[in-house]
Amino acid sequence: MGFEPIRTLISRTVVMRQENIDTDQIIPARFLTTTSREGLGKAAFYDWRYDENGAPKNSSALNGVDAASHKILVAGANFGCGSSREHAPWALYDFGFRAVISSDIADIFKSNALKNGLLPVEVDQKTHRELLSAPGAEVCVDLESQTVRFGDDWQAVFEVEPFARRCLLDGVDPLGHLLNQIDAIKAFESARP
Amino acid sequence: MTAKSLFDKLWERHVVVDETSDSPAVLFIDLHLIHEVTSPQAFSVLNERGLKVRRPDLTIGTLDHSTPTLPADENGELPYATAEAKAQVETLIANCETHGVELFGMGDPRRGIVHVIGPELGLTQPGKTIVCGDSHTSTHGAFGALAFGIGTTEVGHVLAMQCVLQRKPKSMRVVFEGATPAGVTAKDMALAVIAEIGADGGQGYAVEFAGPAVEALSMEGRMTLCNMSIEAGARFGMVAPDGTTFAWLEGRDRAPSGEAWQAALEDWRTLPTEDGAAFDKEVAIDASALAPMITYGVSPDAAAPVDAVAPAPTTEEARRAADYMRFEGDRPFTENKVDRVFIGSCTNSRLSDLRLAAGVMRGRKVRDGVIALVVPGSEAVRRAAEEEGLDKIFLEAGAEWREPGCSMCIAMNGDAGAPGDLVVSTSNRNFIGRQGKGVRTVLASPATAAASAIEGRIADPRPFLEETDGV
Repeated sequence: MGFEPIRTLISRTVVMRQENIDTDQIIPARFLTTTSREGLGKAAFYDWRYDENGAPKNSSALNGVDAASHKILVAGANFGCGSSREHAPWALYDFGFRAVISSDIADIFKSNALKNGLLPVEVDQKTHRELLSAPGAEVCVDLESQTVRFGDDWQAVFEVEPFARRCLLDGVDPLGHLLNQIDAIKAFESARP
Repeated sequence: MTAKSLFDKLWERHVVVDETSDSPAVLFIDLHLIHEVTSPQAFSVLNERGLKVRRPDLTIGTLDHSTPTLPADENGELPYATAEAKAQVETLIANCETHGVELFGMGDPRRGIVHVIGPELGLTQPGKTIVCGDSHTSTHGAFGALAFGIGTTEVGHVLAMQCVLQRKPKSMRVVFEGATPAGVTAKDMALAVIAEIGADGGQGYAVEFAGPAVEALSMEGRMTLCNMSIEAGARFGMVAPDGTTFAWLEGRDRAPSGEAWQAALEDWRTLPTEDGAAFDKEVAIDASALAPMITYGVSPDAAAPVDAVAPAPTTEEARRAADYMRFEGDRPFTENKVDRVFIGSCTNSRLSDLRLAAGVMRGRKVRDGVIALVVPGSEAVRRAAEEEGLDKIFLEAGAEWREPGCSMCIAMNGDAGAPGDLVVSTSNRNFIGRQGKGVRTVLASPATAAASAIEGRIADPRPFLEETDGV
């Protein structure tokens, strides 16, 4: 558990242009036999990063990148499609990412990412194209004002589910929030057939 | 009063606390299905915080994803792919014991793929909310249930409080007009919808499938259709309950019986969408124009009729997919040689799927050099298939008949293709490497998969079905 709160993130981007990057690419299923959520960064995009002998591939945007200064992943449309595995945001977070920007992020991935300190940011097509064509750009993602800023004066707004935003900004714990609903849940249960 | 949809009714019945601009709704869950892969970290959170499973009576566990499909060796040892896979299974067994959760473990006659056993035990019922840490939970929507996949954090929420925090999604209705031609199955309908609206076309929506061709489907067909909703990006897929639903459920172990059954029927009949109910989006598909479908790319929306030619790629994405799949542009799909065939998964591993495949394979031989794997969805499906002699048909044709599980759909139990293999698969995802590193997956119906095993190439199943008794 436990992740860094997000308020303002200023970092460089890693760009993966491909559309429909599914959760099997983000973390192949053979890494899902773990019973822990720790240490999955090594498995992130494993088959994109390493060849069959386990040697790093030069073609991968993630190899040789300094994770500490590249905390923002910019990806093609429909990022995170596929399975419900929360191992996908766990792996990206552990690798060092704190935000994913796309024009369109899959529902379950988005929901999982928000619970794990990885901010999913859906921007308009024009901003998306701009970011895709500028790998390594320094980008500011501001959760408070829900804006993305980069370049001389490029600015775009993004939507975040308000409760998830509060959790990320103020450290509200969703399970704690549910535990506080105990009276309503008990009442519902006793009225239930 | 405003006319309500099935989805509106299912939603309203389960709202514990209304959603506000600040907070999502608190939604009560009637059935929580858990399996070994997405539950261990949720139980860890429970243990760390000193919480118990609130409603073990509404929680059911099964083992399916990382379990072997080959039998135990002479020492009774199951051939797990790795020690870690075995440890994960043992973790769920221990967690279920500690928390008093009913588990259908190895050797239990009720064990099987989570989305196969819920319905077949009668646990899946109209009007219920059903969740599981698995994106194909939408399968259960076939019964007129609100069923959706959740992440592991949410699995923890449901274990602790039997509720999820969820905002009401938008609604979409997909209407299949007309009747499907012979040889066209629910799988082909599913692939046609995904091709039509795109792999993200259902994102943010709860989808109701309706129309004459959906009403004509068996329950198993409806499950196949709802199962694939997530491949169009929709977490929720559903079909209104009707006589087909009730007949399928009646008499099942965990379905209501006696007076409770009559009361349930009365209630379930109030669920279907009312005339004039509004949807945020409507899609119409002409079922009579459909053909058996296959996928030719690395996303499920790259689907086309099996008798078509491979489209020449025009975009960067399509070129990337074409490079991986190595289908020659403007040449018939049916020219492509097949290395393996997989018949199974939560999409297509039920008795009717196996009957369909066996109908094609009966008295024929799997082409030399092709490995065909048939994996029943559950112990119950296996028993029923063996009682009918379907196992013998598969074995005589040269296919393998395995133990139930997810197997090559997710390929995390050791069942996988070899690099470069072209696999015709009845599963749900053709993602790069999904069925093994470098494996090229072609999604298809059980009939198309079986026909491809016989031909040794991607094959149109219709000639095979004409010779037997059709679908």
